[in-house]
Amino acid sequence: MNFIDNPGKLRGFEKNIRVEKVSRRSILKGLGVTGGFVLAAPVMSRQAFAYETGAGKMPHGVVVDPRVFVAVAPDGTVTILAHRAEMGTGVRTSLPLIVAEEMEADWSRVKVEQAHGDEVKFGNQDTDGSRSTRHYLIPMRQIGASARTMLEQAAAKRWGVPATEVKAVNHEVVHSASGRKLGFGELAADAAKESVPSIEGLKLKDPKDFRYLGKGQIGIVDLHDITTGKAGYGADVRLPGMKYAVIARPPVTGGKLVSFDPDAALKVPGVEKVMQVRGWPWPSKFQPLGGVAVIARNTGAAIKGRDALKLTWDDGANGKYDSVAYRKELEEASRKPGLVVRQEGDADAALKGADKVVVGEYYLPHLAHVSMEPPVAVADVKGDKAEIWAPVQSPGGTREDVAKTLGIPEGNVTVNVTLLGGGFGRKSKCDFALEAALLSKELGVPVKVQWTREDDVRHDFLHTVSVERIEAGLDKSGKVIAWRHRSVAPSIASTFAAGAKHEAPFELGMGLVDMPFEITNISCENPEAAAFTRIGWFRSVSNIPRAFAVQSMVGEIAHATGRDQKETLLALIGSPRIVKPAVKDMWNYGEPFDSYPIDTARLRKVVELVAEKGEWGRQVPKGHGLGIAVHRSFVSYIATIVEVAVDEKGKLTVPRVDTAIDCGTYVNPERIASQIEGAAIMGLSLAKYGEITFKDGKVEQKNFDDFQVLRMDESPVVTNVYIVPPGPDTPPSGVGEPGVPPFAPALMNAIFAATGKRIRSLPLGKQLEA
Amino acid sequence: MIKVKINGQEQSWDGDPDLPLLWFLRDEAGLTGTKFGCGQALCGACTVIIDKEAVRSCITSINDVAGREVTTIEGLHPNGDHPVQKAWRQVNVPQCGFCQAGQIMQAAALLMDNPKPSHEQIREAMSGNICRCGCYQRIENAVHLASTGV
Repeated sequence: MNFIDNPGKLRGFEKNIRVEKVSRRSILKGLGVTGGFVLAAPVMSRQAFAYETGAGKMPHGVVVDPRVFVAVAPDGTVTILAHRAEMGTGVRTSLPLIVAEEMEADWSRVKVEQAHGDEVKFGNQDTDGSRSTRHYLIPMRQIGASARTMLEQAAAKRWGVPATEVKAVNHEVVHSASGRKLGFGELAADAAKESVPSIEGLKLKDPKDFRYLGKGQIGIVDLHDITTGKAGYGADVRLPGMKYAVIARPPVTGGKLVSFDPDAALKVPGVEKVMQVRGWPWPSKFQPLGGVAVIARNTGAAIKGRDALKLTWDDGANGKYDSVAYRKELEEASRKPGLVVRQEGDADAALKGADKVVVGEYYLPHLAHVSMEPPVAVADVKGDKAEIWAPVQSPGGTREDVAKTLGIPEGNVTVNVTLLGGGFGRKSKCDFALEAALLSKELGVPVKVQWTREDDVRHDFLHTVSVERIEAGLDKSGKVIAWRHRSVAPSIASTFAAGAKHEAPFELGMGLVDMPFEITNISCENPEAAAFTRIGWFRSVSNIPRAFAVQSMVGEIAHATGRDQKETLLALIGSPRIVKPAVKDMWNYGEPFDSYPIDTARLRKVVELVAEKGEWGRQVPKGHGLGIAVHRSFVSYIATIVEVAVDEKGKLTVPRVDTAIDCGTYVNPERIASQIEGAAIMGLSLAKYGEITFKDGKVEQKNFDDFQVLRMDESPVVTNVYIVPPGPDTPPSGVGEPGVPPFAPALMNAIFAATGKRIRSLPLGKQLEA
Repeated sequence: MIKVKINGQEQSWDGDPDLPLLWFLRDEAGLTGTKFGCGQALCGACTVIIDKEAVRSCITSINDVAGREVTTIEGLHPNGDHPVQKAWRQVNVPQCGFCQAGQIMQAAALLMDNPKPSHEQIREAMSGNICRCGCYQRIENAVHLASTGV
């Protein structure tokens, strides 16, 4: 372990962040787990803790059986299973670290193994919704405490002393009265014979004794492998006899293959076969689109072969989808009343009687995920057995869907989870794994299906497209007395069921009906919107358009009343209180409101913290401007200040970003900082460039040239991150997603401050150049 | 028969001479450290070093590198302790890590050409390499750290 030599040289870095230099994996290489810890006890129920989470309500709930997650080898190596997928958040390190902390294992002697997809055995494995730490902090602590207690009991028996006299400390159990010590490895076999302690009787560590949790000095377990090219992603799986496939898919969602001519493709050197792939009608959840596969000895040949295919498609009903026309439809719908999803007071009357009404209509187009690793999967199907290797966020769901698609029992399907080269919600949908399974079944050999970037951009499960229209009624004093927010967007539900026209509760709960402002008359409405392509979860989901609209409107109200943005924001948030919107069965990210209320004291706190640390109100040079925004999502609270500079030609740069997050009790502040730094980049990326458009039902973009993402030369110069210290027993909340939503509105408020131009339509594009 | 030296080892290929080097490396030679991100030289995930220059292997044919020396992430340093790799670990650069081999190769090539780049030069030189997770601040810091001694 070492410190950065001179943190002052490193821009934007929290001084004294310690970084891990030595790889865990290099130390452990060659130390296989043999024999040892086989614990024997019934699966335990969850302990009543200081707070409850929604973990138990997820499919297959929670398993806290240490026999499932922990093994101790006679040489002392502790193996801990990571049952969540690593896509960049650090969860593959963080969850095992919690176990190691509580069991007093020395992290340098811990080996992390990735669990395959088996939710009966491991509990829910969906790595999404910013849930992993939130749902697993307690269970992982319980697993670690159980293992520690069993090692202590084994040592006490060996020495013939009461268990209360011994204590596990840093990979050994100590009897301080006699000075005796036994390493975990020496105790492994005996500990395996101990019964698993009851959850109720478990003694958890006092947080003041934590060595790892909340400290941030532990690097991710894959750090060395990533920097040396050894880390294994989905695309890196190679099996003997494996064939490489790329697929030509219908260019329009719901389209069908009419005919194909394989002759030219078959002449390409290395191409071995051209075959049709089964497709499912739209919508069909995550089932493949179908098309024509080119099978080759390497991916390059398969791509070249596909380019040579002659294909005729029937575009079907979605062949008329046109983004420009659809935007007009959405805008018109937003100007008429829609399904009322939250109503308090009488917003209509209050708007009519208002001294001034500020209206904003905000547009956010479809967005593609474009994780750096395009979808890819390897399948080996033999008879009624299937094995999959894939970068999937949902290995349990993948296993179910592979079994259903192939018509074989779920128990015959093994899903191996590789590292994910980014996910952002795209890899929660396993269509690419199903394609590989179908092809392997037909060919009788292992098959890798590689999506090209063009495939990824054209056949994504896109972020929805939305118009958010807000009308704010002000009285003579400038106080907001009425708030009407209409949200119009095709729902993710449309990917599961034909004809879904209203947003689902989980979408309405992302920044629409949970709007926290202290306003007497509120109406939230959801006019109908139909989908014409596959809509799916994109990091932060509906919070992106909602925060953009709501927090831009705060800036507009500040301007209309001639007040400071931050003061306007705090006035709208109002008094410190628990907000209880008049909404039946309101969705709260799956969490109980008792543990995770809408707490305006915490919302105010992040605004005040970022304003203080980010020096709100500081003098900025001419052409610069500051903008602020706050948003609660994934039950975390986060506020961002963006400084922009806009030159005479309208060129935008971002000299500085400051973000404060309250995510409750946390595990690794260093990874929180990395997530928030990354969220600023993704936020700026989508605000500046993010737009997928349709013409004649087809996506008009194809690669990073026409679906641009942010590059280093235009990224914020400095992003500072401030983490609110948690109170005792404050439940952990989301980190992966909450950073994105406040960025775009903070940016647009800053642009307004710098230029007087209010941007209501994303992306920014060339709007400043006009 | 095309002959090419990869990480010091001679390799040969008698298939399609137009095959992109990327797919030769990954699928034929089993060097999967070099990544596929776009296939059009737009993202830099496939960056390798050919005769001291950073090159996008996705648009470079195997024929184009006949008789030349290719270095991939696997061959950058025998123990993975090239200053750039060490700096990357010290600054905890990666999130998902998928683009990082390309970023590291680009940074290593930059430092061969310009051992003490300014922050502006780093930002410019690294702008052909996309990181969707958004690790740019740390990449910039790590390249700077590597250039000042790690």
